[in-house]
Amino acid sequence: MLVRVLTARRLGKRYGDRRVLRGVDLELPRGGFLVVTGPNGSGKTTLLRICAGLAVPSEGTIEREPRRAEIGYLGHEPLVYRELTALENLDLYGRLYRVAERRERIGMLLERFGLWDVRHERVASYSRGMTQRLALCRVLLHEPALLVLDEPYTALDDAGAELLDGQLGELRHERTFLVSTHEPARLEPLGSARLALA
Amino acid sequence: MNYVRDVGALARKDLLLELRARDTLPAMVLFVAAVFVVFHFALPGSPSRLAASGLLWVAILFTALLGLGRAFVPEREQRVLDGLVLAPCDRSAIWLAKSLATLAFLVAAEVVALPLYALFFHRVGGATVLAVVLADLGICAVGTFLGAMAVATRARDLLLPLLFLPLAVPIVVGAVGASVVHSPGRYLGFLGLYDLLFAVICWASFEYVVAE
Amino acid sequence: MLAASSLVLVTAALALVFFVAPNDANQGFSQRIFYFHVSIAFTAYACFAGGAWNALRHLWKRNPRSDLRSYVCIHQGLIFGTLVLLTGSIWAKISWGHWWLWSEDELVLFLVLYLFYCAYFMLRYSVEPGPQRANLSAVYALFGVVLIPVSFAAIRLAKTFTHPEVFTLHGPNFGGWILVTYCVAQVAMLVLAYTLYRVELAGKRLDLRLRELRELKEVLA
Repeated sequence: MLVRVLTARRLGKRYGDRRVLRGVDLELPRGGFLVVTGPNGSGKTTLLRICAGLAVPSEGTIEREPRRAEIGYLGHEPLVYRELTALENLDLYGRLYRVAERRERIGMLLERFGLWDVRHERVASYSRGMTQRLALCRVLLHEPALLVLDEPYTALDDAGAELLDGQLGELRHERTFLVSTHEPARLEPLGSARLALA
Repeated sequence: MNYVRDVGALARKDLLLELRARDTLPAMVLFVAAVFVVFHFALPGSPSRLAASGLLWVAILFTALLGLGRAFVPEREQRVLDGLVLAPCDRSAIWLAKSLATLAFLVAAEVVALPLYALFFHRVGGATVLAVVLADLGICAVGTFLGAMAVATRARDLLLPLLFLPLAVPIVVGAVGASVVHSPGRYLGFLGLYDLLFAVICWASFEYVVAE
Repeated sequence: MLAASSLVLVTAALALVFFVAPNDANQGFSQRIFYFHVSIAFTAYACFAGGAWNALRHLWKRNPRSDLRSYVCIHQGLIFGTLVLLTGSIWAKISWGHWWLWSEDELVLFLVLYLFYCAYFMLRYSVEPGPQRANLSAVYALFGVVLIPVSFAAIRLAKTFTHPEVFTLHGPNFGGWILVTYCVAQVAMLVLAYTLYRVELAGKRLDLRLRELRELKEVLA
């Protein structure tokens, strides 16, 4: 049976007088990998925010099958506290998402993304690439069924990009993905489903 | 039970942030001391016990506003609030945790402020201390809530005092009354009622402040 | 039709107040302001209550028109609130020679509420139009309606230690024509408020429609 993780009909979004999205239809089945493309300002970020549950559409409907605890969102902002350490940030999210075997999982992720050595340093001291890697740890921490990633490669350094490639490849068939990107070619091997925003 | 754990985790985070930054609490303490000095010069003649009691509450209110304005700054920067809103926890836990953390700072500032007040102006009675506790609860509950609202606007710091002061009028009445009147029971009861009423409203409606 | 009836009622009220209602023994002519002051005050409360009711409907039922209704109600409430403060001030000056009386509970209450609802507008203007602005406004409107009784109780409690000089604005003893005059004035004020509310609501809705049409034009172009 085909489970639809996300179904959106005629989504529209307006911020005051500014129209950001118009008439977007979207269908994402479980296990799918949908890539959203479009120039800057075409509403990719807004669409992903709506899909993740952070924004409410002005028109149209959206149905989300997974609950909040099963969604992982990576936006333009890393959503981590700059004055806390990597460990403290992940510990907080780990508690909020009720992650099982929290400490082990955090350790494993930090190590995988090459942040184990700096785990006790404040995020403010990290490079942009390191912060983005921490954000990826945050997203993967609670093993979400649906991953909504907004231009995940943008802030990553080469090493980080490779790690992300590896992760996506590993999880490709276990999870459902909604990814926006400027480089659709990079994601070609993972899935060919496209949604182009004007 | 999970709710309590969530509040605990979030409050711990807030306290940790302040201990690292080490700016809000010292600023509040310094501010309250400076305000007392200004009061001395602003009131010609030595103020009566009645007038001085009022001063204490003005000082507490504005010191609290100073701290409250900073409450959601970490979340405002880089939209970290989004991260908390995405989490499966009850949104009201965010408010409760932040209120408790702010309460801790306010009480810490008052631990210095009250003796200072007793030194500069008048002795502080038991009823006043009780009033301080009850008033703090109301100030932190409502102030934190409004702080979250203000952070979502363009005006931000400008807006918080405007939103807060009308709502603070009953707190001031209850607190000053308890400090001054012979039988403070009625005023303390009123403060408690205010706290309960507004805490419930804040708790029930915080969801709508942070989620779109 | 609504505008016509409010015009008729207000005229009737004015006529009754100035020509028909008997002179008060103590305060004479000045006391006539009472009819308007109290009826306007009640109308203002009704507006704030209406604003809160629509705010609740917005939050609870997600009714799409409620946000605008709530805003217009509160706007009307603020307008009538201004009139309460003005009429109250005039009445105080005529009766006691002071432009402001701290001893008048209701006046002080309106002052606090006035500040509160002015802040409502500052809040509203400080946020982009959208669901968040509607949510924040609605929540604040609910706070306001709870503040009304709480502030009133606070003001009463405060009298024991603020010891304001006691001047009071006395209404007349009700009876006969006085009651009739008051009722007519009250209904007149309520209808007037409702008329203004409908007018403003229509105006705002027209604005929205214009905006939608403009957008549609852009899409088709």
